[in-house]
Amino acid sequence: MKPAPFRYFAASSLDHALSLKAEHGDEARFLAGGQSLIPAMNFRLARPAVLIDINGLAELAGIDRTRENEIRIGAVTRYRALERDGDFLKACPLFADALPQIAHPQIRNRGTIGGNLSHADPASELPAVALAMRARMRMKSARGEREVAASEFFVGLLTTAVETDEMLTEIILPVPAPGSGSCFMEIARRRGDFALAGVAGVITLDEERRCAAVRLALCGVGDTPVDASAAAASLVGQPCTDKAIDDVTAAVRDMIAPSGSVHASAAYQRHVAGVLVGRALKTALKRIGHAA
Amino acid sequence: MPPERHDIALTVNGTAYRGSVESRMLLSDFLRHDLRLAGTHVGCEHGVCGACTVLLDGAPVRSCLMLAVQADGHALVTVEGLALDPERLHPIQQAMHDHHGLQCGYCTPGILMTMTAFLSENPSPSEDDIREALSGNLCRCTGYQNIVDAMLDAALTMRTSP
Amino acid sequence: MTARYFGAAVRRNEDSRLLTGQALFIDDVELPGMLHAAFLRSQVAHARIRKIDVSKALRRPGVIAVYTAADLGAYWQAGPLLVPAPPIPGLIFNPRMQVPLAKDKVRHAGEPLAVVVAESRYIAEDALDDLLVDLDELPVVVELEPALATDAALVHDDVASNVASHAHQTKGDYRSAAAKAALVLKRRFHYEHGISSPIETRGVVAQWDARARHMTIWDTTQAPVFVRNGLAAILGLGERQVRVIAPFVGGGFGPKIMMFYPEEVTLPWIAMRLNRPVKWIEDRFEHFFATTHERGQIHDAEIALDRDGRILGVKDVFLHDTGAYNPYGLTVPLNSQCTLLGPYVIPAYDSTFTAVFTNLPIVTPYRGAGRQHGVFVIERLLDLAAHELKIDPTEIRRRNLIPPDAFPYRNEIIYQDFQPLEYDSGNYEPVLDKVLAAIGYDRFVRHEQPSLRAQGRCVGIGVACYVEGTGIGPYEGAKVQVQSNGKVSVATGVGTQGQGHFTSFAQIVADALGVDVRDVDIVTGDTDQFYWGAGTFASRGAVVAGNAVSAASQAVRNKALKLAAEAFECSEQDLVVADGKVSITGIPEKFIRLGELAQRANPMRGAVTPGTEPGLESTQYFGPAKGATANGVHAAVIEVDPETFDLKILKYVVVHDCGTVINPMILEGQIHGGVAQGIGNAFFEKLSFDEQGQLLNASLADYLLPTALDVPRMELDHTVTPSPLNPLGVKGAGEAGAIPVGAVFAQAIEDALQLKRRKVELNEIPLSPSRLFDLIRKGDT
Repeated sequence: MKPAPFRYFAASSLDHALSLKAEHGDEARFLAGGQSLIPAMNFRLARPAVLIDINGLAELAGIDRTRENEIRIGAVTRYRALERDGDFLKACPLFADALPQIAHPQIRNRGTIGGNLSHADPASELPAVALAMRARMRMKSARGEREVAASEFFVGLLTTAVETDEMLTEIILPVPAPGSGSCFMEIARRRGDFALAGVAGVITLDEERRCAAVRLALCGVGDTPVDASAAAASLVGQPCTDKAIDDVTAAVRDMIAPSGSVHASAAYQRHVAGVLVGRALKTALKRIGHAA
Repeated sequence: MPPERHDIALTVNGTAYRGSVESRMLLSDFLRHDLRLAGTHVGCEHGVCGACTVLLDGAPVRSCLMLAVQADGHALVTVEGLALDPERLHPIQQAMHDHHGLQCGYCTPGILMTMTAFLSENPSPSEDDIREALSGNLCRCTGYQNIVDAMLDAALTMRTSP
Repeated sequence: MTARYFGAAVRRNEDSRLLTGQALFIDDVELPGMLHAAFLRSQVAHARIRKIDVSKALRRPGVIAVYTAADLGAYWQAGPLLVPAPPIPGLIFNPRMQVPLAKDKVRHAGEPLAVVVAESRYIAEDALDDLLVDLDELPVVVELEPALATDAALVHDDVASNVASHAHQTKGDYRSAAAKAALVLKRRFHYEHGISSPIETRGVVAQWDARARHMTIWDTTQAPVFVRNGLAAILGLGERQVRVIAPFVGGGFGPKIMMFYPEEVTLPWIAMRLNRPVKWIEDRFEHFFATTHERGQIHDAEIALDRDGRILGVKDVFLHDTGAYNPYGLTVPLNSQCTLLGPYVIPAYDSTFTAVFTNLPIVTPYRGAGRQHGVFVIERLLDLAAHELKIDPTEIRRRNLIPPDAFPYRNEIIYQDFQPLEYDSGNYEPVLDKVLAAIGYDRFVRHEQPSLRAQGRCVGIGVACYVEGTGIGPYEGAKVQVQSNGKVSVATGVGTQGQGHFTSFAQIVADALGVDVRDVDIVTGDTDQFYWGAGTFASRGAVVAGNAVSAASQAVRNKALKLAAEAFECSEQDLVVADGKVSITGIPEKFIRLGELAQRANPMRGAVTPGTEPGLESTQYFGPAKGATANGVHAAVIEVDPETFDLKILKYVVVHDCGTVINPMILEGQIHGGVAQGIGNAFFEKLSFDEQGQLLNASLADYLLPTALDVPRMELDHTVTPSPLNPLGVKGAGEAGAIPVGAVFAQAIEDALQLKRRKVELNEIPLSPSRLFDLIRKGDT
């Protein structure tokens, strides 16, 4: 399982990378962690004629916490760096839950957040986390730069809003509100496998401990991550009783259209997505008031 | 048109190497066939089985998911670099021997590299910690139990010896 | 002779090479001028081949040659039948064997159509894309019952149907047994056993020396001797002109004993043709098609019992998927048929199977080799009967166990060694007792489970019994030689894929010759060193080769004693062999080192006594009259999440009896590994084919092997009922761990979820959380 031939460039700067991409268009792919791209190339399912290696672009890696309400992560930041940054994990607890579920440490030592989100595997954890957190994606090209909300970013199966000459350079995460609780959970056949269903939930309570806001996103149950926050709308303004959460569970089950796979029937995916919604929301609630 | 080649310089097990590699040569193939360090094994070439695990700047990675050209300027450690000297096995190798943690031995180098890195960061792991750390390396022969015992023993040895 | 090593947990001689990355595996073989092969494999499961155009590939730089079936000329022939028809009256058998490269017709997805030889595997794979194949697709048969329909497409046009074989075996009279029964239960069972998926795939390296007219083949085979003999014949060479070397092999588990795979046959021909060494290493994707599977059976089985749960008879009609070709004869379904009888007294048995050709890869034995299918059927029938008759599931088994005074126990029907099935020895009830004690069965059922249920936890227990036919013939041999330096060299024909032969055989030799086990060097799998014997399969290595090693060691010991007695002018009875020396009992300073004895036995000049043999060397063979029957019981406590249906194994116990144990550490390792594969089979591994015969999950990301988080810590124990069929009293153990796990899972999950109350039965393997959900949902509606 050897890859088909390609030309390789180690980009010396972001501008260099972008100009190469502009030149070669769809024939070129950016090589970041390579943990999704290289297996696809080894299977010859992907055959880029040009690989632009961006691992050397230090300016694209790192976690920027200088702003008050948001955290900016360079696209070439490896999962390894994220999972070792205690302050980051505390600020973004969904990542604390999700990162250990991504494949295995050997993969996380190379894979990057930008590569993950650009690849947009529907069963992947971080797209759902990005949706739940209302992340914004910054893209750059030789033509300029722009930002796209997560809700607009995941366009279709393995397809994002990133244009042919663009690179995802930064992920902007609004910091969850104080007094909110988060939880990400997934069901997979084995630890580290792609999720059969995964749920990212963020719930905020008001002073009377009624739900003030709720964000809910799922992975593994559609061609793209699914924003199911609307299905949880019934919770807003209510005390978060078991019954209220069950209603959200039922609404989410009605809303999603999983397609099934060799690992699970669509009916099972639908069922277990609901189980996870209930469990994730309850766990998120328990965590409120425990964070510093 | 002949395929383009790239000059690379890297260290493996403390020894400096230079090579000229085609863009698409996988790091696993470069180590095994160009450098003749065949201790790193290939099991799947899609990053799942872990047999090809090596240390890149101290961190375990799948060498089948890296291009040789990407290793330029980096320091690798493979299974050949584990033993303390030709007469003395690394505690993790010794423990695997003592606990019958290998049968066919094919997955073993990948496990040794994964767990060497893990134990250096986690000197007092529980059995659950070890199983989780092992879960990215597939073994078809042992059922893992003896490997877990070996790792618990190796952790103890490494904690208590100077 | 003191048994210093036999029976001890001796650490393995082979480990240091393996641990330091110094052991030679097939892809480590590097030869000057070596070329690399890649096979073009059919993308469709059933088609007529119109044309293969290789011209573009030949123009690619770095491509040396491209061959199709036509190029092989007279060399092209179907492989030999590896296992002929057993002497079953009325047997129907339509043997059809695989070919080196498909000609005229393709019969499964992945069947080789052409082979490219290039400077590197990378270029060879590039050239595969250059090959233009023109195929007329044909309807595909995948499912077993439709494959037998009168209008089904035929996998082999020269066979009137897709029946590969059909065998009916009986013992006693089932019909009258059923007539007398208090209970007759009938069910359909589906059992799928997946693929072996060792971490090392297959490979072949062939090197032809045109001047010496000698072919060397490195091959990841479990049967180097027969591969050598067969390839020599196919190549038109004498056997001694071919050397097959099975290097360190990264896991075998059965499919590496399938012989005359297309790649094994093609590579040596290429090496001769091009006069350059050539290597083929199967990649993981290819492995899903190119290496044999075990797959599935559909059983319609019934059991007749009296009101106390004693089995009066069993009737079973089953279909077996043999894939596109059946070179392994009836071995797998025959094992299913025989092993269904288990450790139980079954006075009447009526079993019929039809092996069916399908447009899927070939089926040959994989660890368990059809036994798990049979065990699942009988164990599930007993569980169903226990429920109906309100007898505890372990009690119903106990009542039916063959009593210890009934051995050798004749089960009459023909087994895979072509003899009437006979169990040599066994003592089954103590094994069951030990398992029940170890798992805490009574305490669990009476106290723990009710208490857990009260907490809302779904925890269940499963217990399953099995026998395992092991140690069958024909024979193995071993050559033992004391060298001048006192170290002992041993050669035997079996190969090693991790079973520890380098150690277990050395233990036998070390005890016989009084040397340190580390001073015994074992060579396996090199036909230049030893070229007799059948290979490593069917849990026979320790039994058959072990006994040959023992016989040869004893013969060498006897020679040493005789020589030393002559040298000391004393009686052999006065001598002791220990620490690498022969000395006079009580006078340790009067000794001769074994190495020196060996030298003395090989004089450079002078005369020898007529009839003597030089050196301290002996070659001996062992061929058992019949196979030895091992047995065991597994038990597990499993917790199931009632919402997600994922499960956790809380406790797993195995008690096994494989007779005398050579190395308990190695034995335990075999059990651990077998159970792990059994867990994969029961709950994780499923080959998903679509109706076009395409495998949808041909990668390790989607064909799920159990990880360290999926296999629990196991508690092992054993009893020892020696086999009377060989001097060491050993029985085989290689497959035992894998055999009953499906049955254990089904029983424990049913118990955990109280499925009998919901009228849901688990009569299929593999299971999964999704499958459990779907079955229960279906049951609830």
